[in-house]
Amino acid sequence: MIDLSRNYFELFGLPVGYTLDPAALAGRYRELQRVVHPDRFASAPEQERRLALQRATLVNEAFETLRDPLRRAQYLLTLHGLDSTQETATTRDAEFLMEQMELREALASAAEAEDPGARLDELMRDIRKMIDAQVAQLAVLFEEATPESLEVAREAVSKMQFLNKLYNEAEAREAELEESL
Amino acid sequence: MALLQIAEPGESAVPHEHKLAAGIDLGTTNSLVAAVRSGVAETLPDEEGRHLLPSVVRYTPEGVVVGEAARAAAAEDPHNTIASVKRLIGRGVEDLKTLGDRLPYEFVDTDSVVPRIKTVAGPVSAVEVSAEILKVLATRAEKTLGGPLTGVVITVPAYFDDAQRQATKDAAKLAGLHVFRLLNEPTAAAVAYGLDREAEGVHAVYDLGGGTFDVSILRLNKGVFEVMATGGDSALGGDDFDRAIAEWVMQQAGIGNEASPNLLRSLMDKARTAKEALAQRDAVEIEVALPDGRHWQGQLDRATMNRLIEPLIRKTISACRRTLRDAGVRPEEIEDVVMVGGSTRTLRVRELVGEFFATEPLVDIDPDKVVAIGAALQADVLAGNKPEDEMLLLDVIPLSLGIETMGGLVEKIIPRNTTIPVARAQEFTTFKDGQTAMAIHVVQGERELVADNRSLARFELRGIPPMVAGAARIRVTFSVDADGLLHVEAEELSQGVKASVEVKPSYGLTDEEIAGMLESSIEHAGEDMAARRLTEQRVEAARVVEALQSALAGDADELLDAAERRIVEQALQDLQQTAENATDSETIKRAIEQLEKSCEFYVERRMNSNIRKAMAGHKVDEFE
Repeated sequence: MIDLSRNYFELFGLPVGYTLDPAALAGRYRELQRVVHPDRFASAPEQERRLALQRATLVNEAFETLRDPLRRAQYLLTLHGLDSTQETATTRDAEFLMEQMELREALASAAEAEDPGARLDELMRDIRKMIDAQVAQLAVLFEEATPESLEVAREAVSKMQFLNKLYNEAEAREAELEESL
Repeated sequence: MALLQIAEPGESAVPHEHKLAAGIDLGTTNSLVAAVRSGVAETLPDEEGRHLLPSVVRYTPEGVVVGEAARAAAAEDPHNTIASVKRLIGRGVEDLKTLGDRLPYEFVDTDSVVPRIKTVAGPVSAVEVSAEILKVLATRAEKTLGGPLTGVVITVPAYFDDAQRQATKDAAKLAGLHVFRLLNEPTAAAVAYGLDREAEGVHAVYDLGGGTFDVSILRLNKGVFEVMATGGDSALGGDDFDRAIAEWVMQQAGIGNEASPNLLRSLMDKARTAKEALAQRDAVEIEVALPDGRHWQGQLDRATMNRLIEPLIRKTISACRRTLRDAGVRPEEIEDVVMVGGSTRTLRVRELVGEFFATEPLVDIDPDKVVAIGAALQADVLAGNKPEDEMLLLDVIPLSLGIETMGGLVEKIIPRNTTIPVARAQEFTTFKDGQTAMAIHVVQGERELVADNRSLARFELRGIPPMVAGAARIRVTFSVDADGLLHVEAEELSQGVKASVEVKPSYGLTDEEIAGMLESSIEHAGEDMAARRLTEQRVEAARVVEALQSALAGDADELLDAAERRIVEQALQDLQQTAENATDSETIKRAIEQLEKSCEFYVERRMNSNIRKAMAGHKVDEFE
């Protein structure tokens, strides 16, 4: 089902799958850049410099994709022929959506808390935990890789998008808070 | 490991042949050139033994003067003597409004977005002035090293935006130099100390010059140098120390504010001498000739000087604190602090910086030379002189790239701190029926409003096939190369038409302007343009031939079958013959293109084979 001829995992010599060793990924990244980086072709003919630039760009893109848990999941879904990057992709999990609304309200009112910094920290820890839970679930789902589990994975990905957005918002509020001190 | 070993014509393709390369620190006040000789990186002096070249260019009716002689003439001929041109490079006419009051030059009104300074030799841009400095340094290097440079590494401040980097590269082009790479100054300083060889860690680079202060926080992680944050004060430096000391002398000697400019200048000189002496001694004598003929004599001890300059040093420490906060790093997390700039010789500076970062600052390398030395080390590697060397510096873009959207807002396309080279595509559509052109505005910076960021370029997409509104799908690819320079490409997806991109850099010179300057500078040098182009193309052809021959010797048996090999060899022969017999550069250029086309499959195959080899030895089950 997966076209193995040219995917990022293969480029890095890694097995196609959601679980990967970050140290191995970073190590492979360095080895690849050592071969393709334009600096290695600083005095080569024009054509080779262009090719090196193209390859180095691809290696950077592949690394950024595989390194990030959300982008990695989206990429895997694409390899399985499913698109998850559309903004229309959404979740119908009512309980999850309710939880999101509550978190959003909590973020908005964090500024009025007795210790706004501590309150924000606490909320960010909670969001982080929820993201980690999605990551753990995705690992299992991609392992199974049945059409049903991939559909669930797609939903998990859109949940992760929600959570990431929420986390970024929390970070922005924290920065605001630090500025005002 | 370079894919191909390149040799200049007339040289052999012996892998360890030493290629001449140099590192250039193109500074605001002074510039330097350095090279690796017998394995040691060192700055190169001029014939009189001076390493620092004042970054001052004087235009006279007889010609251009660069360096010490130009600086000496600054007072008598201020309009034609251009100093601190680095503050102007890559800046537009609009920017001058904020810099304008401090500049003694007259600017010429032109249609170009690039400001031109009026001189007796005609209007000149910051790019041309910088090129003059580069030429002097390159000539010095070529004389010292005994041959033409294959390439150079030029350092730029980490906070330089695309326009400033592009302008620096244009200056090198104008000076006839091949730029291997633009390197961030703090990264170069860290390389000079070999910090790139350590596993990982966070380092600070503290750069206090005569008139500017910069601090950068770098993170080194798996061979990637990332500039996490930069900060500083563009109007704080060692000159302010001198001023504080001079004011103290005036107070002690009872000199009032009516002192003549000459007396003030002499006081500043004496203050600088005293400051420098106090780096070695505990106290110095100062003697001043007063206007009424009397002499004042006094003693300045180190403790007193420290008291005078400490408030200024504290200001730099505050900037360090702010920059650390931007980087999200605590002072104790900093492993090393690299000291750059002549003013870091002052002992009190070292003490307070050491206290703040809780680590002994690195001062072993001359702080005026450390950036040039780092650049020279990198140039040596990039020239291919150290095929075994593992050093690879990966840079990030210092400021986000974005485009203008509705309501003057910015949509970020490539966020800052993304490792380069990088490419990101964005799709656009038309909003009117039959629309065939579209304008895109590219900005650089972190703010939400277009007006608060720096305008880089406006692109006009033309040749979009006419369709109903919203039907066209135009994919615009923004790519940033390893020097941090932006390139743009556009394609209409539904019908596969390449839309043409017309770049109007907001602050840079257009290609035509550069070409014009190049031609006129060559005219001045009395060279024949056609002959020069022919030589250049011959050199390029020889480069390509050598590269291909050495490639064939290496892996042709493995990668090519007999028929393919014949194609490559035939192409090689054709190019060699053309290069030998051709009397114009165009013919050779076409022959090179012809060869590139017919051998493309081979070059691609080699690159892919090398990628596979790099990954070979790793088995997939290693991770299961």
